[in-house]
Amino acid sequence: MTALLEVSGLTAGYDGVPVLHGIDLRLPAGTICAVLGANGAGKTTLLRTLSGLVRPSAGRIVYDGAELRDVSVPHLVRRGLAHVPEGRGVIAELTVEENLRLGGLWRRDRREIRRGMAEVYELFEPLALRRKHLGHQLSGGEAQMLALGRALVARPRLLLLDEPSLGLAPRIIAQIMGLLRRLRDDTGLTVLLVEQNVRSALSIADEGVVMSLGRVVAVAEADRLAGDAALRHAYLGF
Amino acid sequence: MDRFLFLTVDGLSRGAVYAAFALALVLIWRGTRIVNFAQGVMAVATSYAAYSVTGATGSYWAGFFVALLAGLVLGAVVERVVMRHVEQAPPLNAVIVALGLVLVFQGGLGMIYGSQYLPLPTPYSRVAMTVGGVPLLSRYDLFVFGTVLALMLSLALLFTRTATGLRMRAAAFEPQVARLLGVNVGGMLTLGWALAALVGALAGMLVIPTGLGLHPTAMDLVFVSAFTAAVVGGLDSPLGAVVGGLVVGLVLSYVGGYLGSGTTPLAVLALLVVVLLARPGGLFSAAQARRV
Repeated sequence: MTALLEVSGLTAGYDGVPVLHGIDLRLPAGTICAVLGANGAGKTTLLRTLSGLVRPSAGRIVYDGAELRDVSVPHLVRRGLAHVPEGRGVIAELTVEENLRLGGLWRRDRREIRRGMAEVYELFEPLALRRKHLGHQLSGGEAQMLALGRALVARPRLLLLDEPSLGLAPRIIAQIMGLLRRLRDDTGLTVLLVEQNVRSALSIADEGVVMSLGRVVAVAEADRLAGDAALRHAYLGF
Repeated sequence: MDRFLFLTVDGLSRGAVYAAFALALVLIWRGTRIVNFAQGVMAVATSYAAYSVTGATGSYWAGFFVALLAGLVLGAVVERVVMRHVEQAPPLNAVIVALGLVLVFQGGLGMIYGSQYLPLPTPYSRVAMTVGGVPLLSRYDLFVFGTVLALMLSLALLFTRTATGLRMRAAAFEPQVARLLGVNVGGMLTLGWALAALVGALAGMLVIPTGLGLHPTAMDLVFVSAFTAAVVGGLDSPLGAVVGGLVVGLVLSYVGGYLGSGTTPLAVLALLVVVLLARPGGLFSAAQARRV
């Protein structure tokens, strides 16, 4: 299968202190890859490096056949890469509608933005009922729907999703995971999913990557990873 | 009663200018959490540009629009060249840099134009028109009200009805999230500074002709009043800046009118202290938004 994202020898960190040490990763188009690992493994830094928020000190990132070097974050967004950060990143001072509009603004085509927003309202009915509510008036689940919906308004090809289940009820987590699977199957969306909730992530992922202390320690099909008791016990804590 | 009416109208007219200037401070505060102490002297610099152009062309309006354009450019340059380097630094750095800019601008303008007060004309008469035997508004007061009202409406439309306004708000509230959504955050901050400096330039052009005239320190007292207005309204609130400006204008007018003009600086200070003690966030401060 053609790779949408290929990462090789990626090293990155903060203030000269490396957090990622030579990461290799291959993400075929139309698949979900779960990135797993304990706190401090470097999962969030990996997503921040891929979306351009952290500049790598070494290694290559090839996205859709082109190497990303000194590419600005807004340019990456235009090329179909969306990043939903940890903590959801809903702008508390803007309304639901404004948050969603923001997701598609780079398109400049108003009709396209409106169509994208209508699709999101269809996917997440609670948001349609709270269009004029401010971001800080939403529940945790609604805020996660908004963050995800805002990313989808941009119609991304690659979605980087950081801890979408954090602080949510099991029922909402199941809904979100089900939606990701549906989007992959129906639209060919490619997802790189960072999750602490290993069981949920592996239940929808095609492949799993286990990270520890800034390194990839295991890559395997999700089913195999879920069944590997030794690996689970060593790195995933269950 | 006639005097009260006169002082009220005079206070509202002055307050409208303070409101505009306070709005300039709020625009920058919301975007960068910096109080631009150089806002006053930047407005003076643009008024000097107007003075030169009006002197050369004989047209008030040529000078007026050059001042606004100069404000736009000056705000963008100051942000790009100077303030960008301290936007992420501790707050004191920005304060010191802004105060440094005040000294540089005041010194430079003094060297170019001298330290005497220069006359800046008004486009309309400042003689109050009489209504029912009471001298109330001058044509210039009406011009000030109309201009400030148009400014407020334009800014409100920009921020609530346009994509650029939405980008600017997103960049101000959550710069990192805005970047992840494709917003050019640096560009929006520059635009915010440019707009604020334009608003400041407009306030300068409206208020300087009503004082002693053009001088490198001509906006110092106006800055204090406008800063008070912004704090009274709540530094985060554009509506608060407008209301705060009108409140400060009225207080100064009443105190000056009934107790003598020498007491007005004390009145500003007293107002500032009372508001900071009673409601430190300002009259229009919103409750701290919950992070989601």
